[in-house]
Amino acid sequence: MNNFKIAGKKPTRHGFGEGLVVLGERNENVVVLGGDITGSVMTSYFQQKFPDRFFSIGIAEANATTIAVGLALSGKIPFFSCYTAFAAFRNTDQLRVSVCYNNANVKIGGGHSGITVGPDGATHQSLEELSILRTLPNMTLVVPCDFDEAKKATIAIGEMYGPAFLRFGRSAVPMFTNPDTPFEIGKAQIFEEGKDVAIIACGLMVWEAILASQELEKRKGISARVINLATIKPIDEEAVISAARECGCIVTAEEHQVHGGLGSAVAEVVVKNFPVPMEIVGVKDTFGTSGEPEQLQVVFGLTWREIYASALTAIERRDKGFIGLRKITQISEFKE
Amino acid sequence: IKSLVYAKSGHSGGSLGTTDIMSVLFFGGFLRYNASDPNWSGRDRFLLSAGHICPVLYSALARAGFFPPEELATLRKYGSRLQGHPGLDMKLPGLEASTGSLGQGVSIAVGMAMSDKLVDKNDKKVFVLTGDGELEEGAVWEAAMAASNFKLDNLCWIVDNNDCQIDGRVPDVMNIYPLDKKFDSFGFNVITIDGHNFDEILSAFKKFDDNQKNQCGKPTVIIAKTIMGKGISFMEDRYSWHGVPPNEEEAVLALKELGDADSIVY
Repeated sequence: MNNFKIAGKKPTRHGFGEGLVVLGERNENVVVLGGDITGSVMTSYFQQKFPDRFFSIGIAEANATTIAVGLALSGKIPFFSCYTAFAAFRNTDQLRVSVCYNNANVKIGGGHSGITVGPDGATHQSLEELSILRTLPNMTLVVPCDFDEAKKATIAIGEMYGPAFLRFGRSAVPMFTNPDTPFEIGKAQIFEEGKDVAIIACGLMVWEAILASQELEKRKGISARVINLATIKPIDEEAVISAARECGCIVTAEEHQVHGGLGSAVAEVVVKNFPVPMEIVGVKDTFGTSGEPEQLQVVFGLTWREIYASALTAIERRDKGFIGLRKITQISEFKE
Repeated sequence: IKSLVYAKSGHSGGSLGTTDIMSVLFFGGFLRYNASDPNWSGRDRFLLSAGHICPVLYSALARAGFFPPEELATLRKYGSRLQGHPGLDMKLPGLEASTGSLGQGVSIAVGMAMSDKLVDKNDKKVFVLTGDGELEEGAVWEAAMAASNFKLDNLCWIVDNNDCQIDGRVPDVMNIYPLDKKFDSFGFNVITIDGHNFDEILSAFKKFDDNQKNQCGKPTVIIAKTIMGKGISFMEDRYSWHGVPPNEEEAVLALKELGDADSIVY
């Protein structure tokens, strides 16, 4: 066990903001477009440092996305950032035709993603974008797990060519990686070694996966492999196939609908290469609601407990040859 | 006409209606390009936001020497660089962007003009052509607002105002008028012309050039009153010709009217 320790809490959006400044220092072609919420998605850091390379486009996500294409086709590296609820949906047509079909070097920072935007409620809780974005050809899709990874991922997407979307959140989340933790686009990382079940997660669910693995070890002596799959697309097929082959069952966990996101992406690789029982932890085809982030994680089943229970279900299905009725382990069956 | 008849599909009306403007833009010395070096860094850029009328763009690019005119016969065919709507992935020399989802070309043009004027601080120009029905797309007005906000006097927006769209006359589908007042209130230099009168087209582009030279700080829009299907008697001003090609018989008649009847080969 790697004994990941929490070194405080910080929102991933701060990592994005700091990463942009690093990029701005390294490359004068980096420009940033604002969507009226620069102080929320932390593009304000870049704006203060490089006012000549920051352009406020107003509340116009479709326009901002397409202006970014014009800048990219002129050799610039434009970042546009606003809430994912609008940076992936209001502009989906623009992302498809103008960004991806042009293979334009446009970077989108999707902030305030997922259920943990909290009190803002369902309109602002984006839970569907991974599904949409990963079907777009040429698109790279990254969901960092904490502050340091968000910073590294921001720099990495700025230094690769092609359309990329970075998904990050509003609330402060545990910092458990550090500046030296390796990060590479398209490469999954094993955060905990294990052989009985593989837990593949992204975003804030990676920390929950680590907690689940610790509980599985402690309570049941189960050794769970925890894989941080920050890059949803292009997916690290090798890591997923190894997990299936070596652990024999998989649980995925994401702060997103169970349809079309990380779980689906992993399942696509698993069914083609090495079918094993799989459980998908995520939001179950429903809209969010107002509440505090951690409260909503509990209400919508986005904690280590659901991962723990799903791991037991997956292991049981594997051990019974995964034929026959699928018995679901309820989280009420165990106590904290 | 020849491209379209070979393709057996495509948009005849708007392509013919903008031929005069495109001829002046490409061959009147207004658009700076180098056909033997399509990516020349000093070039001006032209974007066809109304991607569906690409036959006129492909024709202009071929005549300008970006690729052999024989290739025009491959329009819309499998493997062709002349996609049904312009596609950058096919690497057609002279093509600046994929367009076809209406309205988006204007925002791309705004981004390019911002890059030229505000970041690189050069004197390059960006031209963009939209239809009139296309102005029903709301994002077009977001782009108009931004063009004016950023004082993009290096941006020239041409509206192909033939008053026709697929379902009928533009005001019968959705009233977009008064266009001049709308653009004026958005902060544009508005020039309204007869889009088939060469003197007026020339003078409009000249005015845009002057506006940019004088650093007037306002984008220019040329509202060109055009006739869909211009030059072919049975197509002129008929919105039914928006999205259809001529059949072989019609093509022969059309080419006869254009004085080019002998050149068609099947």
